[in-house]
Amino acid sequence: MRNKLLEQVETGSLREEPLVFEIGDTVDVHCRILEGTKERIQIFTGVVIARKGGGVSETFTVRRIVAGEGVERIFPVHSPKIAQLEVKRHARVRRAKLYYLRERVGKATRLVERRAKKEEG
Amino acid sequence: MHNTILATKIGMTQVYVEDGSISPVTVLEVGPCTVDLIRTIETDKYDAVKMSLTRGGKVVASRESRIEPNDSYESGQTLDAPFIEIGGKVDVIGTSKGRGFAGVMKRHNFHGQRASHGVKKTHRQAGSTGMSADPGRVIKGTRMSGRYGNSQVTVRNLKVIQFDADSGVLAVRGAVPGPNGGLVVVRSAVEP
Repeated sequence: MRNKLLEQVETGSLREEPLVFEIGDTVDVHCRILEGTKERIQIFTGVVIARKGGGVSETFTVRRIVAGEGVERIFPVHSPKIAQLEVKRHARVRRAKLYYLRERVGKATRLVERRAKKEEG
Repeated sequence: MHNTILATKIGMTQVYVEDGSISPVTVLEVGPCTVDLIRTIETDKYDAVKMSLTRGGKVVASRESRIEPNDSYESGQTLDAPFIEIGGKVDVIGTSKGRGFAGVMKRHNFHGQRASHGVKKTHRQAGSTGMSADPGRVIKGTRMSGRYGNSQVTVRNLKVIQFDADSGVLAVRGAVPGPNGGLVVVRSAVEP
């Protein structure tokens, strides 16, 4: 549907190796942060509660609890500032958007763990 | 050397630039433009080339570009765009989207009036257009509603993010007037 020339321009901005994760996964996002001239990696850990958009503008939302306060960060999937993404846990979820976690506190925010598919087989 | 070339607007998207930040870009398809006519001092009192843009085998637009007296061009030759270079600046001239007869809020960014507190039926109107018996008339040039859009708009100093001279695909940072598929003129930036 989209124009070929638009895609041609976007090609260079797309990630070569796609990030593999699912909604409900607990992930470590390794972000490149530039401090002055030095680059270092900061890790943001949390649950993926949404994935939206498509193509070069696709983003995902990671939610975690910091000092009792819910914090959400939205990352562009194709951003070169994401050095690496590690999936720590999978969870059994029945929705594509886990916005209901925002209303929950404490134990109610836990998700049922699910073993990776390849481990089940 | 000619300093303008014809293009069509493809649409907008975003790309990542070197430092990892996102840049909004408009993609333009430049050319192919062929030389129709060469004007010279002797015949026309100025030097220029007239170029035509073809799409699907049909000529869709023609424009002239001034050239230096000594430049050599041949009728029928295909023009490239040597003045477009990645990291450089270009001006883009297009025709803005027509909005028909538009009110003052859309056309002149007036604030309109309040939604409540006794305002009746005049929420998007301009309010007063002048004084009283002195001067007893509306000052010329007072901004009112009327035809808006569908006029020539120049956007200057757009940064060139990507350019592929072979396919003519140009990506400039920021917005360009007109609808997708509309004709635009790409010119080397007038101001440095």
